[in-house]
Amino acid sequence: MRRLLWLLPPVAVLVVFFGYPLALVLHQSFVSDDGVVGLANWHEVLASAEFRRALVRTVLLAVAATAGCLVLGVFLALVIAFAPFPGVRAVSRLVDVVLAFPSFLIALAFTFLYGSAGVVNAALGAGAVDFLYSPWGVLLAEITFYTPFVMRPALAAFTQIPGAQLDVAASLGASPWRVLRQVVLPDALPALASGACLTLLLCMNEFGIVLFVGAKDVITLPMLVYTKAIVTFDYPAACVVAVVNVVFSGALYALHRRVFAKGEGRAAVDAA
Amino acid sequence: MLLWTRRSRIIAIALFAALFAVVVVAPLAMIALAAVAGSWNGVLPSELTGTHLAEAVRGDAVAAAVVSAQTAVIATLTAVVLGTWLALGAAAAPPPVRRFLDAAAHLPLAVPSVVVGLGLLVAFSRAPLLLNGTRWIVLVAHLVIVLPFTFSVVSAAQRRADPVLAAVAESLGASPARVLWRVRLPVLLPAMSASASLGLALSMGEVGATIMLYPPDWRTLPVSVFTLTDRGQVFAASASTAVLLGITLAGLLLLGRLGKRSSER
Repeated sequence: MRRLLWLLPPVAVLVVFFGYPLALVLHQSFVSDDGVVGLANWHEVLASAEFRRALVRTVLLAVAATAGCLVLGVFLALVIAFAPFPGVRAVSRLVDVVLAFPSFLIALAFTFLYGSAGVVNAALGAGAVDFLYSPWGVLLAEITFYTPFVMRPALAAFTQIPGAQLDVAASLGASPWRVLRQVVLPDALPALASGACLTLLLCMNEFGIVLFVGAKDVITLPMLVYTKAIVTFDYPAACVVAVVNVVFSGALYALHRRVFAKGEGRAAVDAA
Repeated sequence: MLLWTRRSRIIAIALFAALFAVVVVAPLAMIALAAVAGSWNGVLPSELTGTHLAEAVRGDAVAAAVVSAQTAVIATLTAVVLGTWLALGAAAAPPPVRRFLDAAAHLPLAVPSVVVGLGLLVAFSRAPLLLNGTRWIVLVAHLVIVLPFTFSVVSAAQRRADPVLAAVAESLGASPARVLWRVRLPVLLPAMSASASLGLALSMGEVGATIMLYPPDWRTLPVSVFTLTDRGQVFAASASTAVLLGITLAGLLLLGRLGKRSSER
């Protein structure tokens, strides 16, 4: 019993500053502006085209970005692990550094790269690329930012595969493609699935990139929470959207914990 | 290993170089170039200047940098202490309690930062605890966002730690406090410093919750970068971002050194 008492201070911090606010958000989502308790806010928000668009856009963006990160991250990790070249250590160092940077950096860099007066348009002629202020701009920014998040667990998994296994497969006449498909990828599957699951969660919750790209018609759920609360001061509606967002990302996270219960610490490091 | 012919290796590495340049190198290079660009109409900036960087370390911009550094240090330190506390406490608790605590402490990880911000805004804009409008609400938000990460890293290390060490110390008659201070905590020091690096990086770049909560006298660097971008002052924004990255890297280097020393002991 005394041992449990010792837990009180950190648990109190979690309850007061995380649990209680979240419970109030849930409560507030059922209380309308004039204090009536009911489902009015929910009806209003769920029926609005704005919300439905944001929901669909969030899910599509997150799924597409995760797929993109997976393809790109696995390829980059494969080359580092199995076709190393001089300077490969500096490259993986740089990846670790990039993981520590904020996501809005990518959005800001994109305006210089692909903006209307950006480098690519200057090189190829004005109007050559014009996707930055569309969902494509946000999608590419998310892929760019989150690829290292898949790349790192993938690399960790690939380097654990014993080289002898690959050599045996190859000496028995398997083509590189077949070795990749039948030896490397199955071995790395848990790490890849876990990385993809977390990337999906992070992409669903991504705010910095959407905010900094600032495309008017690219509204995701977190962005909608922000605009409802800060721009239009519509707290009840913001709370409804927030609850929906938390339900989605919470479900994803629960799935992740269930399927990949081991290596929780690693997962969090990768998430950061 | 996987590619035998010279040609296929060269193709794979060339493709790697191209993709890596687009995904990692180009964005960083853009920020670095824009931070020193006077004007930029062609492929490369047409003139270079140190004005923006000089301004980023003066006046409002440096004030934001100081606020960010303070926020990150305070929030991270608190989160490392609480995270370690929770990890040690959970490890000693009965299994059902431990599983529950583990899930509860990880939960903020799954909640978007804007929702953390909204929750604090709803909860602490009223009595009994009025934090809205003060810098404390920003600090609390950063703490809530960083805590699951520090807890996660430290509790993973705690699970890997050898329980025999503490048992031996106890059997030799060391008091629980002494075992904690001389055995349990030193074993966790490398993980604590790693979790601090993580927290520092997260807190320095945090924008979602902060932008919903910041009072006028506690504006962090990412928020001021956003204000600059929003006003179209992209070069000044890049200079401030460069300063942000510089502070983050300096902090990480420092913590890396501390971590190395603590693991060598």
